[in-house]
Amino acid sequence: MSQEIIHKINDPRGMHARPAGQLVKLLSSFESKVQMSVAGGAAIDGKRLLLVMKLAASQGDELKLVFDGPDEEKAALDTAEFLKANM
Amino acid sequence: MISAKGRIACQGAACAKAFEIKAPQKAQSTSDAYLSVDEELERLENGLARAKEELEALYQKALTDLGEEQAQIFEMQGMMLDDPDLADGMRDLVKKGAISASKAALLVGEEQARAFEALDDPYMKERALDVRDVSQRVSRAVEGASNVTISEPCIIVADDLTPSQTVAFDRKFILGMILRHGAMNSHAAILARTMNIPTLIGAQLPESGTLDGKMIALDAVHGVFYAEPTDEIISEVQTLKDNFHVRRLRLLGLRGKASITPQGHVIKTYANIGRPDDVEMVLENDAEGIGLFRSEFLFLERDDFPSENEQYKAYSKVAQALNGKLVVIRTLDIGADKQAHYFNLPHEENPALGMRAIRICLTRPQIFKTQLRAIFRASACGNVAMMFPMITCPEEVLDCLKICDEVEEELKAQNIAYKRPQIGIMIETPAAVLLASELAKLVDFFSVGTNDLLQYTAALDRQNQDLGKFYNPHHKALLKSLEIIVKAAHDNGIWAGICGELGGDLSLTDYFIELGFDELSVTPGLILELREKILLSKAICQNPLVNK
Repeated sequence: MSQEIIHKINDPRGMHARPAGQLVKLLSSFESKVQMSVAGGAAIDGKRLLLVMKLAASQGDELKLVFDGPDEEKAALDTAEFLKANM
Repeated sequence: MISAKGRIACQGAACAKAFEIKAPQKAQSTSDAYLSVDEELERLENGLARAKEELEALYQKALTDLGEEQAQIFEMQGMMLDDPDLADGMRDLVKKGAISASKAALLVGEEQARAFEALDDPYMKERALDVRDVSQRVSRAVEGASNVTISEPCIIVADDLTPSQTVAFDRKFILGMILRHGAMNSHAAILARTMNIPTLIGAQLPESGTLDGKMIALDAVHGVFYAEPTDEIISEVQTLKDNFHVRRLRLLGLRGKASITPQGHVIKTYANIGRPDDVEMVLENDAEGIGLFRSEFLFLERDDFPSENEQYKAYSKVAQALNGKLVVIRTLDIGADKQAHYFNLPHEENPALGMRAIRICLTRPQIFKTQLRAIFRASACGNVAMMFPMITCPEEVLDCLKICDEVEEELKAQNIAYKRPQIGIMIETPAAVLLASELAKLVDFFSVGTNDLLQYTAALDRQNQDLGKFYNPHHKALLKSLEIIVKAAHDNGIWAGICGELGGDLSLTDYFIELGFDELSVTPGLILELREKILLSKAICQNPLVNK
């Protein structure tokens, strides 16, 4: 089993470095693995800041996160909430 | 005395000695000497740990001085330091042997920075600076080198500044900054605005090292700086500085007000911009629109033509940011003093009279069409207009319009979202002035480029600094031309504006109002000053636009 969330970036500036840092910080706090991709592109490890930043997600892009691990449900819920509030 | 220009990242003025900061050390400049692999690994670990501590300290300092949001930059940099791509990359390189920890840190940082520079997104491109900042910090920590400290009031002169440099400085000693590179969304520019330090970026600085210790007068209201200024300039800039804050506060009170004279003539105050990130200054100064968005930035300083999508992104970003206010995009105005090598333009004896601007577009319609498609598409995202530069006769306009029709047909057939923008022309040749009535029947508006119009009308080379008293920006022939232009426009029911430097000349504002101009487009820093002038003007408009 795994949990999946999709978030459309609302911030007109796209995913900025600071929120990206906060997101990676949050994701790193979970035990589950996190795969992240933008607009159907290749998936990367969501706990690695440089890779996340290099996705260069801009406004309107769909960010997809797949959680896999013991705390995947909580991870998906918390992350969805963070994304809604910050990007 | 030398004087040069720059883009304003934060308004204000200052006079002080220059403190020049050398470009951050490059990988090549580090010593090639190295110890055993184990010893270098240990040095690297110590360096990483110390860099981590420094970033933590900077985070705390920024948190107190600047608040949570700015401080997060350093938290983010700390996380970069933990990223396997960076830290493990450095460890792996040291393990391979025959390299110092310091050099390994720089090389890995450089490799990662290049990966960021290769991204399309201009904001993420800028993040290369963060990566370098982090890896250089590790390198310095390994070598035990100290950071630059500043202990007396100065104006910082540098190629660019890393966020940690900017924050580490003691704010009370930094009266201003002049940077050779930098973008509006670079940390240095953002922090300059947060800390309210008068700053120019993209400044035409002389060779690095030549200004250190020299007196500088920085005028970040008009976007100029002077090195070794005359006493007269110093006292001028000093006055500007003394009055700036009071004046600025009063002017900021004019935000949200419409630019309208006491007699009821509406003359909109628009902004001239050259890059999408200039929008920040446009919004801060509450421009009522953008009267000139130069599109050359997309074509200069690169090796190949920008794609339709790249252009579309840039235009639509500005259109969206302006949220319904008008954005006038000027189509490609390259040639003469603005050259891009990949256009392969032949050398010309008289480039100002040669193959430039619309002449290139009409000769090479494929370049033109790509830009028009991007503009038509961006037009669907906001209130967009476009104008053609260097028009001399109706036939040229008709040729342009024909290409516009083709573009529209194609987009429609391909089922791509678009909107036909308002279409206008620049009036910047005497020929266009003489034919203004005919031209007005073909387009939606006129925008006067006073710099070129003066150059071509009065035979005054705008690049020539030695024309002395002959270079009269208020030349009667130019003022007379303006009268002809507005009359032709209004007789034919279209609006007319000015986007050349003269538009911001406050001694002529009354004259522009009398003539009936509908819009003045100036550098963002002048918007509110111009609006104040309009709000207090006693001039009476003699020729209002009556919409037919």
